Amino acid sequence: MAETRFQPARIPGFAAIAMLAFVALYLPIFTLVAYAFNGGTSIAVWEGLSLHWFSKAWANEAVKSATLRSLVIAASAAAVATTAATLAALGTTRRAGFKGQTFIYVMINQPLMVPEIVTAVALLILFGMVKSWTGYQGLGYLILAHAAFCIPFAYLPIRARLEGMDLSLETAAADLYASPWQTFRHVTLPLLAPGILAGAMLAFVISLDDVVITEFVKSGGQDTLPTYMLGQMRRAITPEVNAISTGLLGLTVILLTAFFLLTRKRN
Amino acid sequence: MIKSSDEKRNGTGDGTRVNEIAIEARNTIKAFGQGGVAVRALDDVSVEIRKGEFFTLLGPSGCGKTTLLRLIAGFETPTSGQILLHGTDITHLPPNKRPVNTVFQSYALFPHLTVAENVGFALKMQGRPRAEVAQTAREMLELVRLGHLADRRITQMSGGQQQRVALARALAARPQVLLLDEPLSALDLKLRQEMQVELKRLQHETGITFVFVTHDQEEALTMSDRIGVMSAGKIQQIGSPREIYTRPVNRFVASFIGETNFLPATLGPEGARLSGGEVIELATPGPRHGPVTLTVRPEQLRLTPPDEPGALPATVTDWVYLGTDTHVHLQLRDGTALVARLQSNPSGETDLTRGGAMGVRFAPGAVQVVED
Repeated sequence: MAETRFQPARIPGFAAIAMLAFVALYLPIFTLVAYAFNGGTSIAVWEGLSLHWFSKAWANEAVKSATLRSLVIAASAAAVATTAATLAALGTTRRAGFKGQTFIYVMINQPLMVPEIVTAVALLILFGMVKSWTGYQGLGYLILAHAAFCIPFAYLPIRARLEGMDLSLETAAADLYASPWQTFRHVTLPLLAPGILAGAMLAFVISLDDVVITEFVKSGGQDTLPTYMLGQMRRAITPEVNAISTGLLGLTVILLTAFFLLTRKRN
Repeated sequence: MIKSSDEKRNGTGDGTRVNEIAIEARNTIKAFGQGGVAVRALDDVSVEIRKGEFFTLLGPSGCGKTTLLRLIAGFETPTSGQILLHGTDITHLPPNKRPVNTVFQSYALFPHLTVAENVGFALKMQGRPRAEVAQTAREMLELVRLGHLADRRITQMSGGQQQRVALARALAARPQVLLLDEPLSALDLKLRQEMQVELKRLQHETGITFVFVTHDQEEALTMSDRIGVMSAGKIQQIGSPREIYTRPVNRFVASFIGETNFLPATLGPEGARLSGGEVIELATPGPRHGPVTLTVRPEQLRLTPPDEPGALPATVTDWVYLGTDTHVHLQLRDGTALVARLQSNPSGETDLTRGGAMGVRFAPGAVQVVED
């Protein structure tokens, strides 16, 4: 039988272009990781294998405190964003379609549309006012800002999961004497869990990675790992930055793998 | 209503219960949409379902049978009218407060729970002790012969097994009424016939009132104590399978349940006169006069030699061999087309000829007058 579908793989040069794309995606990462193990002080000249830069980064108090701060902010922001996103997703899907539904979706996903630098400047100004009124200088501003731009990343997978859920399951639970709360607790929530987990992971990773808003909102001595690295880049660049990046990459890979295994087991 | 022998089957043999009403719908109207575009899914439906009976709501898709079931379950509220359970108004009671459980068409089993957890769900929600929940789940699974699969995941079950789990889950809390929404439609023929027997057995063993929704008239005839035939949001007729089949009140019921022939006729003192002039005697002559429609089932037609006295002259237009039976298509002198269902002979062949003349007789008492 003749092939009727359009097959991009049959186009001449497809393999070469695909390889090029993969090289562009992964070569920089491989280079970065490789030079994290460089024995010398250059990020471009190879001088033998060593774990020197990892131990240096590990012993660096500034790196340690920035890492800890990043993790605290990411975990708090992910928790707040995921809770808000779960409620928003339930509110927008568990009802008949309503007028202005698309508008609400757009409103919720604002951070995906407004340029990040605009939000950063806006937050800088607003939080500046709040700081002078209240005198509070803590991590709360960063957590709040991160939670806000993480909401759409948590919202989208949760809403997708809810929309794919068989509504007759909730009807069946009600039929089997479950109160609305019991239905949510014993049916909706467990079925939604993979979506919530996916949303939380995404929010966590997005928060961990953020530079622009963090750089604008942070007070003195509130460097996160990315802003610390940015600060380092302004001075002499050593493979220590490679080592920190590699660590961050490793953490992300571990998180995503764990997420993948968790959701696969559930289904 | 005529008290036939079929009626005695109601009430699971307990004489005192025979006429106790489990579920009553009173002048129920359910409209969807608003204003000028509102559609009445149920148009002033009243029905009484007796305790312990196997009651079937039968009708084509869109006739309102599932809507009525959903009103009884509490998933919908009627636009007007009442739903009563043992005389108590439950019209506005939420589904989780009604001692009524449902077997869903899609089964709606919880994919994140095991088979036993699914079956024990209702009891767990009612806050029963853990040991009792587990014990009942085991018993219910034994009842549907799935005791050995209690710890399986739902996704590991076949369609027929899921069907049984759905049944066990709905029966576990001992509901006063079990609602079944076309539960057999997803099964293949053989499994469906097995489940029909199984359902009758379960109903007999539990004594629970079953309200069964289906569009399959054979299924309805096989299983039901009584059938409510629905069309266009109204109940057309309620009766035992035998009453529905042999005494259909209108054209819709006659044609929806089994196959039938219709003959236009005029009622007079001597009987029903066909437009060709022939007169047919009726077993139960109606009080009416004037133009009516007669109905007679294909299996109640007898073919005779063309010149037999009293037989209607007819022409054979075609015949179809169906294995057990042969359908013979005939035409009367006034142009009315009839189908006769004759038992096939051992060779499966007939001595009919297309265009050949034949006589047609109706079995005594087989011709009914129906409303249009």
